[in-house]
Amino acid sequence: MKVVKAAVSGTMESSDIMVTVAPNEGGGLAIDLNSTVEKQFGAAIRAAIAETLEQLGIRDARVTAVDKGALDCVIRARVKASAFRACEREDYVWEVRT
Amino acid sequence: MHEPSISREPSISREPSISCLEGLGLPGGQFSDENLGKSYSTLAERKASYSKIIPSLEEAVTLSGLRDGMTVSFHHHFRNGDYIVNLVMDKLAEMGFKNLTLAASSLSDCHAPLIRHIQSGVIRRIETSGLRGSLADAISNGLMETPVVFRSHGGRARAIESGELPIDVAFLGAPSCDPYGNANGYSRDVDGGVMCGSMGYAKCDAQHAARTIILTNHIVQYPNAPFGIPSTDVDYIVEVPNIGDPAGIMSGATRFTKNPKELTIAESAANVIAASGVFEDGFSIQMGSGGASLAVARFLREKMLAKGITASFALGGITGSIVDLHEEGLVKKILDVQSFDLRAAESLKNNRFHQQISASYYASPADPGCAVNLLDAVVLSALEVDTNFDVNVLTGSDGVIRGAIGGHPDTAYGAALAIVVCPLVRGRIPCVVEKVNTVVTPGKTVDVIVTDYGIAVNPRRYKLRQRLVDAGIAVSTIEELQQKAQRIVGVPAPIAYKDTVVGVVTYRDGSVMDLIRQVRD
Amino acid sequence: MKRLRRTMLFVPGNNPGMIKDAGIYAQDAIMFDLEDSVSLAEKDAARFLVYQALMTMDYGDKELVVRINDPSAKGGREDLEAIVRTRRAVIRLPKTETAEDVLLCEKEIARIEGECGIEEGSTPMMAAIESAAGVLNAREIAFSSKRLIGIALGAEDYVTDLKTNRSPGGIELLFGRSMILLAARAAGIDAIDTVYSDVNNEEGFRAEVELIHQLGFDGKSIINPRQIKTVHEIYTPSEKEIAKAQAVMEAIEEARRKGSGVISLNGKMVDRPIVLRAQRVLALARAAGVLREEAENDA
Repeated sequence: MKVVKAAVSGTMESSDIMVTVAPNEGGGLAIDLNSTVEKQFGAAIRAAIAETLEQLGIRDARVTAVDKGALDCVIRARVKASAFRACEREDYVWEVRT
Repeated sequence: MHEPSISREPSISREPSISCLEGLGLPGGQFSDENLGKSYSTLAERKASYSKIIPSLEEAVTLSGLRDGMTVSFHHHFRNGDYIVNLVMDKLAEMGFKNLTLAASSLSDCHAPLIRHIQSGVIRRIETSGLRGSLADAISNGLMETPVVFRSHGGRARAIESGELPIDVAFLGAPSCDPYGNANGYSRDVDGGVMCGSMGYAKCDAQHAARTIILTNHIVQYPNAPFGIPSTDVDYIVEVPNIGDPAGIMSGATRFTKNPKELTIAESAANVIAASGVFEDGFSIQMGSGGASLAVARFLREKMLAKGITASFALGGITGSIVDLHEEGLVKKILDVQSFDLRAAESLKNNRFHQQISASYYASPADPGCAVNLLDAVVLSALEVDTNFDVNVLTGSDGVIRGAIGGHPDTAYGAALAIVVCPLVRGRIPCVVEKVNTVVTPGKTVDVIVTDYGIAVNPRRYKLRQRLVDAGIAVSTIEELQQKAQRIVGVPAPIAYKDTVVGVVTYRDGSVMDLIRQVRD
Repeated sequence: MKRLRRTMLFVPGNNPGMIKDAGIYAQDAIMFDLEDSVSLAEKDAARFLVYQALMTMDYGDKELVVRINDPSAKGGREDLEAIVRTRRAVIRLPKTETAEDVLLCEKEIARIEGECGIEEGSTPMMAAIESAAGVLNAREIAFSSKRLIGIALGAEDYVTDLKTNRSPGGIELLFGRSMILLAARAAGIDAIDTVYSDVNNEEGFRAEVELIHQLGFDGKSIINPRQIKTVHEIYTPSEKEIAKAQAVMEAIEEARRKGSGVISLNGKMVDRPIVLRAQRVLALARAAGVLREEAENDA
């Protein structure tokens, strides 16, 4: 998928993460993370963001994330919501839980 | 010993036997009234001519004989509203003192200005129960050359009494004081004003410091009875316009939590107490001021009414919820080392059986009969607990100092049942972990961990565990709780530290429990 | 053993903090809401969040329910695409007015089950009735699908439709509640009562729960965990009820031992309704923790 505009989802509430996905044409993936748990989970959060975008086939994106201690599943949900909005796509992919 | 020469007619009818004076250790000499200048002035006249009030702090400091390298002490009854520490340290800096040891019963966010006195060499060393805010951050990041020594309330009292922590000058803020030094955390004369209730932590300092200076905004008529600190322990009094910010000292009444998670934890803790075997008529209890531990009082109240029992006493930091139980007749007496809210302070002032006690009376390990040793149950909070049941209340999960030891290890040791309440995770931070960052309270003294996801009982207490199971309480292992936390939040990266030690955590007896190292950014 | 549905906690679908903590309380079911508690602009974000939570979070043995948006519109269909694939949640259909509403939703669910190889019929449903038309069709709705585990009253929309509002005594809801209850009982499914939104009015809440308990409802939707304890207390059988139920079960056992087809207790015949009631009393007693030894023996 291709990012065509800047889009955001999530809030600044505790246990949430506000993720903005914006175009970064040809510039690869740039993640700017500000997290209350940077020391303990900064690397894990960046990895979750990168992995989620990769699964969606997004290579170029500028991601700004303000994290208030969101769990991994919340991070992935917010990245997906922002990414689909930023790509102006609605062809969501839902996997079957095994 | 030579025979005293008697040159005066005895004032009593029988002449004292000379030999019987031997061995009594009397300083010697015969009474003489030649220099006995009895004053015939009235109380009013005497009050006008003599008091311990010194016109300025600077003069009081000079009179106290404070010198470079000495130890000054403070109490933390004004919590985050305290003006005294900053006021006094600014003055000592201005007067040119260096290399002082600052021994406070605890320090708060509001003490950030101490950073510059550390940088300029006015303060060389700190002893405290806790540190918070930017001062704590700066110290965690290597501000001081000498590590901070952390002591529990009981440990500090013991150290002061034993001479291990000698105090040269105590600077003690007091909401009321008479001209001769009877000081208290409230005033009988007026309602309102600045209040802090009990002065429990200040009492030890006043008693054992070489010199004690009371700083007060409110000089009252002699005698300021009842008093927290007696005039016999006070050398000088300085009147200052403000001793603290009432809003930072205490709230009206610690609000009862509506947070369903805290209520869940509190209810579980109350269930544990009820099933533990200590919940009998005349039991004793201490509850902290955190949301969950405070709410335990409400659930316990229902259980006490249902069972028709009362508690003989409640101990500790006292809140309005304990006062409610006392006024309802469910708690017979209150022993108060620190009043947490205005309702507690008012009760100390008005209730006959709400007794002010010193930190030593509360928790000194030197006294086997100290109050914590007479506790049946204590409910404590925690930043982290580990699979050894070791508890950390001092450093955050990022390794930075942000708390206080308080009476945690004292009460955990003393109580027959020490319950630690904490959520399993806070945001994405696990609170039940494999190894706590800093050990403050040893796991051997912790009996039950109560979280929102389940309860674990220390394996040492297998009979207690069985009692809980028999009462229908689901009991997990601490490892199960730790694994559950890990499944929810993942595995946090280990905190990177430098080798530099910034804090030394001592146990109640003064032995070293753990070291806090400088965090690496 | 049939599931108890004394308490169903509403959790707004776009609130990560509440989704994270929803499992720590004692309620029987969690209902994640994608409908009224989520603004139009955030429907997609909430759907991702609830989907992701259902894919990964551990909620123990609680029943999980997702309230979807109108499945005749695009958003509601997308909700089904996501939630059915988690294979973990009961689909709660909002604003159900007719049996056709249920059938339409069921058709979508069956299609998705077929497309992704999930056993057909494995996704349960419940229907919320929130209008005058819905109440009048309650019977048809309750009988419309084998997937239905229960029907629920949604009173806020219903009273608006009735051109009234909710009163402390709840007289305006009596007919609707009774219709829903009777329809559910006739169809052999559960009846769940509506929410009580004034969380701080503990007395009012208790009175309402006592009322719906007496009417015969299986349980109540709740909006705050603080409401759980009250409902469970009211749904806990008395010692007398438990003793009677135990005696009934012993009589059955006795008859079985003797090989007798007729069960009698104190000289009276024990018929099927009495057995069913006894079973339900014991199930409630076990869930409330007042009948632990029995529960352990059963396990």
